[in-house]
Amino acid sequence: MKRFALVGNPNSGKTTLFNTLTGSTARVGNWPGVTVDKKDGVYKKLEEKIIVVDLPGIYSLSPYTSEEVISRNYILDEKPDCIINIVDATNLERNLYLSTQLLEIDIPVVVALNMIDVVNKYGDKINAEVLNKILKVPVIAISALKQENIEVLMQEALIVSREPRKAFTVLEKSTITHLIKDVATAFKGLEVDNPLFHAIKLAEEDELEVANHPKLLPIVTEFKNTFENEDFGTDFEALVADARYKYINKHLSPALVRKNLLNHELSTSDKIDKVLTHKWFGIPLFLLILFLMFVLVFSEDLFLLGAFGIVDENFVSFAGTPFEGLFYNGGINSPGVILFNFVDSLSTLLYNWLDVALSGLPEVAHGLLIEGGLAGLLAVLSFIPQILTLFFLFSFLEDTGYMARVAFILDRAFRKFGVSGRAILPMVMGFGCSVPATINTRTLATENEKIKTIRVIPFFSCGAKLPILTAIAGGLVAHFGIGNVDVITFSMYLIGMLTAIVAIIAMNHTVMRGPVPPFIMELPTYHIPQLKSLLVHLWEKLKHFVIKAFTIILASTFVIYFISHFSWTFSFLADADMGDSILASIGKILLPIFTPLGFGSQLSTWGWVFVVAAITGLIAKENVIATFGTLAITIASALSITVGDLDEQGITAVGLMIQATNITIPGLIGFIVFNMTTIPCFAAVATAKAELPKGKFLTTILFWLGTSYIVSSLIYLVGTYWWTIFIFAGVTIGIIFLIRDINIRKDRRKLA
Amino acid sequence: MQKKLSEFIIGEEGIVIKVEGEKHIRRRLFDMGITPGANIFLRKKAPMGDPIEINVRNYELTLRLVEADNITLEVGKK
Repeated sequence: MKRFALVGNPNSGKTTLFNTLTGSTARVGNWPGVTVDKKDGVYKKLEEKIIVVDLPGIYSLSPYTSEEVISRNYILDEKPDCIINIVDATNLERNLYLSTQLLEIDIPVVVALNMIDVVNKYGDKINAEVLNKILKVPVIAISALKQENIEVLMQEALIVSREPRKAFTVLEKSTITHLIKDVATAFKGLEVDNPLFHAIKLAEEDELEVANHPKLLPIVTEFKNTFENEDFGTDFEALVADARYKYINKHLSPALVRKNLLNHELSTSDKIDKVLTHKWFGIPLFLLILFLMFVLVFSEDLFLLGAFGIVDENFVSFAGTPFEGLFYNGGINSPGVILFNFVDSLSTLLYNWLDVALSGLPEVAHGLLIEGGLAGLLAVLSFIPQILTLFFLFSFLEDTGYMARVAFILDRAFRKFGVSGRAILPMVMGFGCSVPATINTRTLATENEKIKTIRVIPFFSCGAKLPILTAIAGGLVAHFGIGNVDVITFSMYLIGMLTAIVAIIAMNHTVMRGPVPPFIMELPTYHIPQLKSLLVHLWEKLKHFVIKAFTIILASTFVIYFISHFSWTFSFLADADMGDSILASIGKILLPIFTPLGFGSQLSTWGWVFVVAAITGLIAKENVIATFGTLAITIASALSITVGDLDEQGITAVGLMIQATNITIPGLIGFIVFNMTTIPCFAAVATAKAELPKGKFLTTILFWLGTSYIVSSLIYLVGTYWWTIFIFAGVTIGIIFLIRDINIRKDRRKLA
Repeated sequence: MQKKLSEFIIGEEGIVIKVEGEKHIRRRLFDMGITPGANIFLRKKAPMGDPIEINVRNYELTLRLVEADNITLEVGKK
């Protein structure tokens, strides 16, 4: 089958065209080693089937971003049968800059002049024939959005793909033509494909080219000795870039007729922008939008209409049915909650039905299948509605062009921490759920920034961790009579965020050292996102997540169920007998390790429950408190304490744990912080594994373990023996100086 | 008069004369259309004064002041 590659600038409509061409045949994967989407699909409307490959959006074939390197290597090494160069007609000058580079490769090219409808709407005219003449390849005006002229484009691509094309450069009449010709001849002598392309890149002393063909570099250096240009000296990189733009400018004017001569006139997009990036309102508006999104996904009383008594506070929709409270439960549910309730009710029905249907099975098999596998799986799947709604809303904002503006208004504040303004989105999303937050790191510019952000996302305490906070805070208040639940909960969130900031700064100075990545970014015009593209995108993510849920997550869930319900002699244990399980004995062995954190050897008999709860929390963080609840009756009867009914929030269970273990306040806080900052749930871990570059997964797991251990120890020790703060301060200062010293030495070595 | 882009005030306009800076950044600036001869218009500054938004070759581009510091322009000539 023939392969056509789609190449073009970001925001040129490439994805829309790709979706139109390939429809349901599209497959999404990763380019090897990097987390850049690799998409391909089949176009079936020609006399032969064509594989369409969507290359990442790029501005140039420079060697600096992973997108550029991927596209360049794909074109040069995999040699597609035709390049479809999609060009945004509303922004011809910059888009054609990439075209001039593509034309230097000996592969057939068709230019798809996209968004021609928008150009015509503004009363401007583009003469495709004139463009055709200057570029020497077919130019087809299309509208990817309205699906106009797509078949003509593909037909033309098929025709040109049958004949080899001879490379052509706009530098033919430039001052360095001789040099380019000489180097190209040398490349030909070495039997290198695409000699013209390589020759020009070598003349520019392009990093990749110099590394691959150092032997030819002397030709360039020698030429430079005899060369002097009054504008550029021997700076060929500038000379070439300038020549490309000059050529485009010179030949573009006859092709482009602008009716709209006033350049700085405000368009609708500019007017929206004026408000959204306003000097004073910009940041508050962003916070408001963010808040509204969380309300739409998580609120169980939309706009607090129930609490304020504007709508009936006591009404419950579908009362008495399995779908009780689906839309309404003392307040209007947000779309996210409605979806959540729906899936949750369905899962409960399924669970109960299977529970009864399979009740004939032996207890062991029934336990493993239903309580282990099914319950674990349903717990993970129950996140999906809110993950998807959150992800949908953020993708929507991304597609409107607003996210680029968010990066613009917040860059200054975030740069201090060594991340760009873009990183704030995944981080804030982390308050909802780490899974969509981690997927969202794809929009970050550099690999280092992605790694840093993925690592700190769990510190922004997610929705599932909130029950841990409220239960333990509730237990603290009820048992020790201190403080206020909300204040404790809020402080925990603050500790999480502070940990994230410190961790990023620490990484910047140690494992992630390097220059600050440049922030030179296009601000695309605002537009209304296309629902179809959004849904396609959402569907791809859902597929990945469900596959993971059925593989890694299910397997891990089984393992945890197994070790918590079997003893070393492999006899099956009921929930309440967890104390005899493999997991409990592991907990007992691990207990001393947690002594500096406040929930280790200093606790009495039942101390291991804390460790076990933290481990079961890996399936879903809700399990931490659920484990206390499961064991509450056993513990109570062992200690001959009478407990009343266990409340849903787990406050009674926590209270019981406090009584049973004599854990102190700093110990409990240490426990919360440990759960908050350690390895997140399996769903988030699996997502992180998929999004992290190769070789960074294991170090990330170690990073989570290390951070949570250090932070919890710090809290417990300082909380218990206040004077240890001086020890910590001393050690910290020592480490800072040590790191500084090492870095200075490293820099010196680099200079030498 | 010559002026650096980082010293521009909102609404100011000029023609690029020179682009300096580290290889990486310079290349990126060229690729985004900031080459000698290009016309640049400073449209906006972010709430904290940095980064800035410019109009170059008919589209909007944002960059930081440190990056804009590499770009020298001729202003006041039409």
